[in-house]
Formats: sequence, structure tokens, C-alpha cells
Amino acid sequence: MSEQTQHPDIIRPYGDTTGDGMVQVSFTLPMAPGPKAEGAALQLATKMGLDPAMVVHATGLGGGESAYTFFVVYGRAGHLVDLGEVVVREREYPLLAAKEANLAIKATLRRKLIVLGACIGTDAHTVGIDAILNVKGFAGEKGLEYYREMKVSNLGAQVTVPELVSQARKDRADAVLVSQVVTQRDAHLRNTRELAAAFREAMGDHRPLIVVGGPRFDPRMAEELGVDRIFGRGTTPGEVASYLVHALANKELLRAC
Amino acid sequence: MRTHPTPTASAWHPIIQLDKRLVGRARSLAIRAAAPVISLAQERTTVSVERAVLRLAGLRGADPTTGDGDIPWVNRVVDAVRAQVGLERGVAQPVWHAMRVYGYDDLLDLAEAVTAGTVEFELPFGAAATRAHNAATRATRAGLRRIDRNRATRDRLVNKHGDPPRRPWVYLIVATGDIYEDIPQAQAAARAGADVIAVIRSTGQSLLDFVPEGATRQGYAGTYATQENFRLMRAALDEVSKELGRYVRLTNYASGLCMPEIATLAGLERLDMMLNDSMYGILFRDINPQRTFIDQRFSRMIHARAGIIINTGEDNYLTTADAVDDAHTVTVSQLLNETFAHEAGLANWQLGLGHAFEINPDLPESFRLELAHALLARHLFPEAPLKWMPPTKHMTGDIFRGYLLDGFFNLVGALTGQGILLVGMMTEAVVTPFLSDRDLALRNVRYVLDAAGGLTEDFRPPRGGFIENRANEVLAEAVGLLQRITDEGLLNAIADGTFGITKRPVDRGKGLDGVIVKADGYDNPAVTLMEADLGRGESS
Repeated sequence: MSEQTQHPDIIRPYGDTTGDGMVQVSFTLPMAPGPKAEGAALQLATKMGLDPAMVVHATGLGGGESAYTFFVVYGRAGHLVDLGEVVVREREYPLLAAKEANLAIKATLRRKLIVLGACIGTDAHTVGIDAILNVKGFAGEKGLEYYREMKVSNLGAQVTVPELVSQARKDRADAVLVSQVVTQRDAHLRNTRELAAAFREAMGDHRPLIVVGGPRFDPRMAEELGVDRIFGRGTTPGEVASYLVHALANKELLRAC
Repeated sequence: MRTHPTPTASAWHPIIQLDKRLVGRARSLAIRAAAPVISLAQERTTVSVERAVLRLAGLRGADPTTGDGDIPWVNRVVDAVRAQVGLERGVAQPVWHAMRVYGYDDLLDLAEAVTAGTVEFELPFGAAATRAHNAATRATRAGLRRIDRNRATRDRLVNKHGDPPRRPWVYLIVATGDIYEDIPQAQAAARAGADVIAVIRSTGQSLLDFVPEGATRQGYAGTYATQENFRLMRAALDEVSKELGRYVRLTNYASGLCMPEIATLAGLERLDMMLNDSMYGILFRDINPQRTFIDQRFSRMIHARAGIIINTGEDNYLTTADAVDDAHTVTVSQLLNETFAHEAGLANWQLGLGHAFEINPDLPESFRLELAHALLARHLFPEAPLKWMPPTKHMTGDIFRGYLLDGFFNLVGALTGQGILLVGMMTEAVVTPFLSDRDLALRNVRYVLDAAGGLTEDFRPPRGGFIENRANEVLAEAVGLLQRITDEGLLNAIADGTFGITKRPVDRGKGLDGVIVKADGYDNPAVTLMEADLGRGESS
């Protein structure tokens, strides 16, 4: 529509025509199916900003006399997206191939970069840390174990924070990578704060780089949680490796000054 | 002979040909690889095995005087015996000797006195030892009888209400952390078509060296496995089984540091299936290998007795390793699980050997490869109710694509005669499944089974075709790996990182301090009774 040619920063959802604003949502309401339920779904859709809204599918859940109804709703979202107001964390470092990362480590550190990985607390989901560290890697990229100039230890699941701190000290780790999948009751945030505090207390400014990752993290929260970097969903080993090289090279430069 | 309710009605009729020589070689290598580990397990006991003996004898509850009341009495007593006289001869003799010396009739009275510090344990000899052994045997036999009665009750209820109308059995997970929230969800799932309800455990529980007590309302990503939670959920499913005219089974998890005790509680409360893998705790939870193999052996003897179907965890390998390159590690683990299970007295119908649909869907022919792998397992273990696990690794958050993938997963399950099908969620790796996700997932299963369940009749992969060749190729790779493991020793292979990339040395990992080498005169009346009933002599 004309608003978009005039204001390239303003957009709205695209269904099948520019500017139609069409979206699709699905949800469940705790009530039996029927005309009243569909009316209720429409009311919710309208309050969500969909106008007009269409209930295209409604069905009772769980068999028998259902007390829940599932809806699929299509509608036109009246809201506009202002790209000028969208704030994201842009990658502040160049993406390196494994070979380039190895060369950079050789040039700046002149020794192997020591990486320690773990899942902390009661979290037993090592999928994330394994994807980043295991040779096998993730999304077609090999994990950090594959990088010749990195010495990687994966402590696995349910490592306590004190264990991690003492191991990091013993290994003289340059970077500690922690993955957190379980987010019930914000366990991931609590654990991360505890982790940051423990390293700060034990090692002060000489603490290793602390990198945290998990599907439910907001990468913008690093500072608030007291860690150096947070990686969210879909992060690949190459991104983590590039970040480590970038951050540690900067650290070395600072030390040299 | 009694008939067993089982998700494989009868042995699978072969539709591909596996190389018979390879099959024979794989089995004999698995037996050779497992033998030293079985001896190791026979020569040792653990604190959890000893606690399970007391649980069989009826000691339950926790010490209310300390902390949140979370130290179970069995831990108190076993720890005291260990501190005073050691566990090398087992917990039974010193405990039942003390019962007589101090004049207690009830283990709970003894446990309270132990906590008060008024009991001095001693090792009985001669006639006193015989008396203690006989008393301990009587007490543990009562627990085993309760397990036997539960098994008979299950058989009776299955006869009365009936088994699921079709195979595979539909297995669905609930886990809110709150048992009172889980119950209505489980009942709703059963009404919507689930045949087996699994209550996932709270994440940290596998590493607790005690079993929590009572009904619990808070857990992380799951609900604690406790005797009371088991009882509550089984009662709720009995209610819904009656309503539906179909016996709905209950599953929980034995793996972890308390395998023997949780297996015992499962038998005492008539659970129907238990997750119980021979190496999962070692590889994925860093539990000490010795501890795992000893605990596993006892827990599987209990499962065998209780008529519980075990579910093994091979699907886990494929979440970290590549589902094509490492397909043979699944086969190797299945063969080892089978060997350990048979030794512990489990019958083929009790072996829910695991495998999973985890091949990258972007890989050409991925569906044919999945069929080949599933058929390999089906033909290698024709009498076992295989457990077929849905895609997780390649569920990207694109729920629409995920729903299609789950449909193909269900189709493989239907085509290859799987016994137990864990329902895949399109929201895997995104959120805890919504009520609607579960409903859609069950509709997906129903559609595929209703539309294509009978296709097994028409599905005949050609001799020497892609599927048959691939199945034999994976089997050959499995034989190669088993050969290596046999040469190297299973424990060394685990230490070297043969399974997954994780290295797990035999003297590392959690729970090693709970392992005790048996001395002459070791007495475990529960094991003696169970082995006698299996028609075997006493071990060690």
C-alpha cells in the first residue's frame, strides 16, 4: 500500500498481498465447543488486534464431553511494525571459518585457547553444549573440538557451580561455556546469576570469559546477568568460535597496552 | 503357562533377510562383551541395592526430625550399618540380628532407634546368622509376594478391561511437576487415545542418592518419582481404564542412582513399564559405570519378577551422534541391553528396546534409511516390543514441518511393527506441549494407524534392495564395533568414549562411593529368593 512506499520503515504482515496484514493464530479456550465458544474466540482475536477475524476451525479437545476448545483463527492485524524502533543485538565480530579462527588464535594467544563447557544446576539437557562442542557440531558446522588451536573439555550435565569454578581455575580456562535448557521458574536466569557471582568472587578480573547459551535466553541480557555473552536459539559453533577469538584477542590487546 | 500382555502379539514374521551369520556373530559377541561386566556386578553391591532390600521388607517413610524430612529411613539405616560394620556382608544380617537383639518387631522402630543413636549393629555368626537370615528372608518375601500379587492383578485387569485394540501401543508423556496436575492430564490423555502414560521425572532426580517421599507438587521439567506418586497415578489410571474398557499402562524411570529402589517401588505399586537402560546413566548422567551395572542388574531382576516391560534408551545416542553414521551404535546397545536383561531374568516380551527416527530429513532417502534401521531392529529382536521414539533433533521450531515429520515417523512405526510408539510433538524443543499439541499429535497417530496400519501386509521390500542391504550394512558395522568392544573390554570401551564422544572411566563418575565389594558370607535374601524362583543357584 501507499504507506509502505512512503515509509519504507513501516510494514505489516504479508498474507497474499502487500499490506493485507493477514495472520494466523491458534489457541485453546477452557470451554466446551459450540457457538458460544466461537464467539469467545472471536472476542479474544479482536482484543489481540485482529479485525476482521475468522474462526476457521474449532474442535473439542481430549475426546468425550470436552471442556476445552481448540481454534485456528485468521485475521487482519491492524498493528504496524516500525522498523526504526526495532532493536536487536547485531553481531559485533567477524564470522571466521575454522581455519581462520585457528590462525587468529595462533597469532594473538600463541598457545591453545582453553575452553570448558558444562550444563549447570539440575539441567541434564546437554544437547546445546554438545552441539557447540562435539566434533559432530550443529547445522553443518563442526563443533569446537574440531578446532586444532582449541583445547576443549566438556564436563557434561549437572555440574555444580563450585566444581566448574575449580575446574576452570585448574585448567586455566580462557572461556567457560554454559548451556541452559530448562527454564522452569526461570531456573536458567537464576543459575546464570549464580555462575557469574561465583566466578567474580573466586577469580575477580582474572576470571575466564563467561558465555551462556540456551533457546530461551535473550542475548541482550548479558550485562544484567553478569556474563560476557549470551547466545540464543540456533547459534552455530562457528559463531561461538568467532566470538571467542574476537573477545580474547581484544582482552590480550588490552593486557598488552 | 500364563499368557503375557504384550505389545507384540506374536513374533514378527520376517520381510527382509538379515545375514544369519552376522546375527549369530552379533549375539555371541554381545554375550562375550557383557560377561566380565556381569561378573563385576555379581561380586559387588551398592547402597541402593541394600536400601531396596529394606524397602522390600516394608520400611518406608522419611526421618521427620531432620531438614525437610527428606532423608528416607532406608538411607538412615543403611548408612548406619555401613558406618558401624560395613556392607560387605549386606544390610540384611546386621539389621535382622539387631531386630532380635533389641526386641523390635517393626523396622520403623529400629530405624528410629538408629537415628537416636541407641543401636549398635554387629555381624552375627553361626546360629545367630542363620536366625537373622531366616528373619530377613521372611520379611523380604513379603515384599516379593506383594509384587507377585500386583502382577496377578495386572493380568486380571488386562483380561477384564482388555489390551489396546491395535499396535503399536500409543505412549504419551505428562509432566507438570505436580502430581495432582498430572493426574487429570493423564486421564485426559488416556481418554484421547493414549495406551501408556509416562510421567517424566524431575530433571535432577537421577542424581539424587535417595528416593523422595510422599506426594510431590513441585519438580523441574517433571514430577518426582516417589512411591506415593506412583500409587496415586496408578489408582487414577485404574479408574480411567475401567471407564474406557482398556487397561491403561503407567511408566516411570528407573535410571539414575536409585535404580534398584525405584524398580522396587514400581513393583510394589504396579507400574507397568520402566525406563531402564544399561548404559544411559553412565553416558548421559556421568554415573559411575560400576554403580550403574550393579544397580541395573538388581533393578532388572525386580522388573523381571514384576512383569514390567523395560524401555531402553538407545534413542539418546542419536540425539548427540549422527543417526546414519552411528546407526550401528544403537544396534550394539540393543544387543548389550538384551544380554544384560536376559541374565537378570527378563523375558523377550519384556524388552522394550529403544530406537529413534532421527535422520536429518534433508538427507536424500532419509525415509528409506529410517525404514531400514527400524526393520533391522524388528528382525533382530522379533519377540521384543520395540520402543519407537519420535524425531527431536531435527525439530527446528517449524511446527508445521515438524507435524509432517511426525506423520512420517508414525508411518514407519506402523509399517515396521513397532510395539510402543512414543507420540511425537510438533512443539518438541519449543515449549512444554500445549493441550492442543497433544491432541493434534494423537490425531496424527490415529490417522496414520487407521489409514495405513494394515500396510504391513503389502509392504515387502525386495531381496537385495536398498532397505535390506542397508539393514545388513548396519548390522555388519555393529558386529565390527562389538568385536572391538570384546577385544578391548566393555568398560575400557566406555572409558575411551566409544559410545558418544563422552569418555567415562570406570573409577570416575557419580555414585562410586556407594559401591561395595561383597565379602564371603554376603547375604541378600531378596536376590537369593529371586534367583531361586528363576531356577538358578545363588550367585557369589
